[in-house]
Amino acid sequence: MILQVQGVTKRFGGLQALTQVTFDLPEGQILGLIGPNGAGKTTLFNVIDGVYKPEEGRVIFLGEDVTGKKPYYLAKKGLARTHQIVRPLNELSVRENVMVGACFGHAGANLNTAAKIADEVLDLLGLAPKANALAGSLNVAQKKRLEMARAIASQPKLLLLDEVLAGLNPSEIASMVKTVRAVRDRGITIIMIEHVMSAIMNLSDRILVLDFGKLIAEGTPEEIANNEKVIQAYLGDPKLAERLMKGE
Amino acid sequence: MSKKFFQHTSLWLSLGTVLVIGLWPIVTHNALNRETAFTVLSAVALASSLNILLGYTGYVSFGHVVFFGFGGYVGFYTINVLGWNIWMAMLAGGIAAALLAYLLGVAILRLRGAYFALATIGINEAVRAFINNFAPFGGPTGMTLNFKVYKAYGGAMHALQLVFYIMVGLTLIVTILSYWVRTSKFGLGLLAIREDEDAAEVMGVITPSAKNWAFVLSAIIPGMVGAIFFFKNGTIEPGLAFPLRTSIEMIVMIMLGGQGTVLGPILGAAGYQAMRDYLLVSPLFKNLQLAISGILLLLIVLFIPRGLVGWLRQRYPKVRRWLI
Repeated sequence: MILQVQGVTKRFGGLQALTQVTFDLPEGQILGLIGPNGAGKTTLFNVIDGVYKPEEGRVIFLGEDVTGKKPYYLAKKGLARTHQIVRPLNELSVRENVMVGACFGHAGANLNTAAKIADEVLDLLGLAPKANALAGSLNVAQKKRLEMARAIASQPKLLLLDEVLAGLNPSEIASMVKTVRAVRDRGITIIMIEHVMSAIMNLSDRILVLDFGKLIAEGTPEEIANNEKVIQAYLGDPKLAERLMKGE
Repeated sequence: MSKKFFQHTSLWLSLGTVLVIGLWPIVTHNALNRETAFTVLSAVALASSLNILLGYTGYVSFGHVVFFGFGGYVGFYTINVLGWNIWMAMLAGGIAAALLAYLLGVAILRLRGAYFALATIGINEAVRAFINNFAPFGGPTGMTLNFKVYKAYGGAMHALQLVFYIMVGLTLIVTILSYWVRTSKFGLGLLAIREDEDAAEVMGVITPSAKNWAFVLSAIIPGMVGAIFFFKNGTIEPGLAFPLRTSIEMIVMIMLGGQGTVLGPILGAAGYQAMRDYLLVSPLFKNLQLAISGILLLLIVLFIPRGLVGWLRQRYPKVRRWLI
């Protein structure tokens, strides 16, 4: 198991954001994380990567209890993430943004190596022509790719993707899906939060469903698409679920 | 090969600018020019130092003169009371400033934005008040050097000459330091902190220690400058050592030349000092000098927030690679 989340509970004042969330993630899988808005998906990411400290429960990453450890500790250990609301380092060039990931993340590269890693990753994500542009000058789709590039450049063991497909058009989605597969094929385990159902059903080996901070279902995409609770809480129309599975 | 050369253009331009200022009084054999150049170089050294914190890391210190004053006091004390020479005193001033910065950093670098800026003003005032009541440093009246101290350097004239050369050396060192930080992996981490501290942390930048080292590096040279400044001055007192005005002028210089660049603070400091000298001797403006500095800061922030070098980088993307 690359990651074990055990009984994690997180409260913000009176709001119960996560309640007793428990799951295991074996290496090499893509785990989908779905649920309605406000279900606690991003909060769960923030607990895993050390931005928030949970009130209860433990997060075990690569066999070490990392609950309450700082984000940079986890980054160096092999965790990387993208943000739902992109956070480019605006005044730095695209290449420099990616180099930050390579220098300070798990890769721990020096500047020269980081520049090489950055160029390779930018190529993979189709951002090579923009390498010298300022990150602030990119459009939203490119910024999402940049987030992803920074995360990949750190050569993580586990990658958390927070809605990398949101706001992209169909052809951009198709190429991003390809990229996610390519990343997994490099041996990187992935957890992805996503609302684009056709994509997540296609990509995920397993899916977790969160609702009001609780894990309400867990299983293969097929099991999830046919799960009564999930249909009620999230998918809505049962036929929609069927259509999604067919990829329509 | 030309690419390699262009890579370091900024360093050559910066060192060249400092050397021109430093050689000007030597070539002209003029003591008055030497005094002017000394003032300009000390401004360059202070502004470039503060730039490591303000420009690279994005933390605005309004009380940075505290390191100049504290280093000055410690250096002065070692000369006056302990009988150390200027080199050792300078080292002591630098180390004292660095230690102070380290301790302060642990305490206040967790604050962000305006809260950090406010804390730095408070610290400058607190240190000033402390020294005001600290008997070994002479309290409110300060200390005065025995004139005989200069004998070891061949008399006051030679001492002044020596101090000037030291100032040139220090300014060259701070320029190299600034360039090294800007182009190093450590510096990349600082820039990431400036742009988005939380994102930097998630990407693995160990932000508390990076910020603290930036703070320490930005304090060492001001401490050394303080030590030689007051050695040259011959007296030290709290009002001279911790003027809040100088802190603000340092910020104006950085903003004028371009925060976060190597060359910017050097040009900004030189340009600001030239303007200040002109205003101070002009009968029309001599009482308005600070008001004009204030208006200048306002205009920069409103119209060219990135300063001269920043503006050039923005206007001409081609120069961005080598003009830093």
